[in-house]
Amino acid sequence: MKRPINEMKVVFPSLSENERFARIAVSGFLSFADPKIDELADIKTAVSEAVTNCIVHGYPDTIGKIELAVRVFEQGRVRVRISDKGCGIEDIEKAMQPLFTTKPDEDRAGLGFAVMESFMDKIKVTSRLGKGTTVVLEKTLGTRDRL
Amino acid sequence: MGVQIIAAGRVLCAKLTGDIDHHTARQMRCEIDIAVRENDAQELILDFSGVTFMDSSGIGLVMGRYKLMNERQGRLVIAKTPGYIGKVMRVAGISRLAKVVNDYELPKQTGEVMKIETTN
Repeated sequence: MKRPINEMKVVFPSLSENERFARIAVSGFLSFADPKIDELADIKTAVSEAVTNCIVHGYPDTIGKIELAVRVFEQGRVRVRISDKGCGIEDIEKAMQPLFTTKPDEDRAGLGFAVMESFMDKIKVTSRLGKGTTVVLEKTLGTRDRL
Repeated sequence: MGVQIIAAGRVLCAKLTGDIDHHTARQMRCEIDIAVRENDAQELILDFSGVTFMDSSGIGLVMGRYKLMNERQGRLVIAKTPGYIGKVMRVAGISRLAKVVNDYELPKQTGEVMKIETTN
């Protein structure tokens, strides 16, 4: 694996106020790479989903730490890792199904993973019950490509 | 940031502003639901023109209000969605739940118009 050309890591408590902070942190950091507006919007949206999952599902009854790490590689490849040390996911495949939610009463649409999947190039979810969950999201920033 | 509610008879318009995420959606939902019940609304217009960001929490907000209006035999209208929000709406297939319009007009009211503004 090649070395990143730039990277950052922030750790913050699972307060819902910090969903906004996570989005701002990611877009602020990525500004050096001069992403297109819609690419940045996609990444912000996916990060918002992943961080919300940590807050709502990872730490349903407690406040725990969330780590957000972003690495940028050559050719505009961005890798974002969002991890918590919360309760973990019992059945990842089921959790990722569109419209599946364990909290319908709180108006959760069950579309978090669907949004992450459609807004990013790649998504990888690893989880261990009682240990936590890590989501890795990847997207290659536009090469300002010619037709 | 928050929601501004304008009632014109039984038509209720909720203008959402700022970012809609899990944190902010809670308050917005609450304000809208109270106003829908208090005004016995038959039509709820959600105006997204002032929304700067939205993730699937906004979809949850739309789906929840759809259910509420459905229970009341009323209808839901989604209005003025900025381009970047349209993408999230499309992932969820929101156009199957509500009429999506670019613009709308509230019925002329001689009576009082209720305005609630919240911040969060």
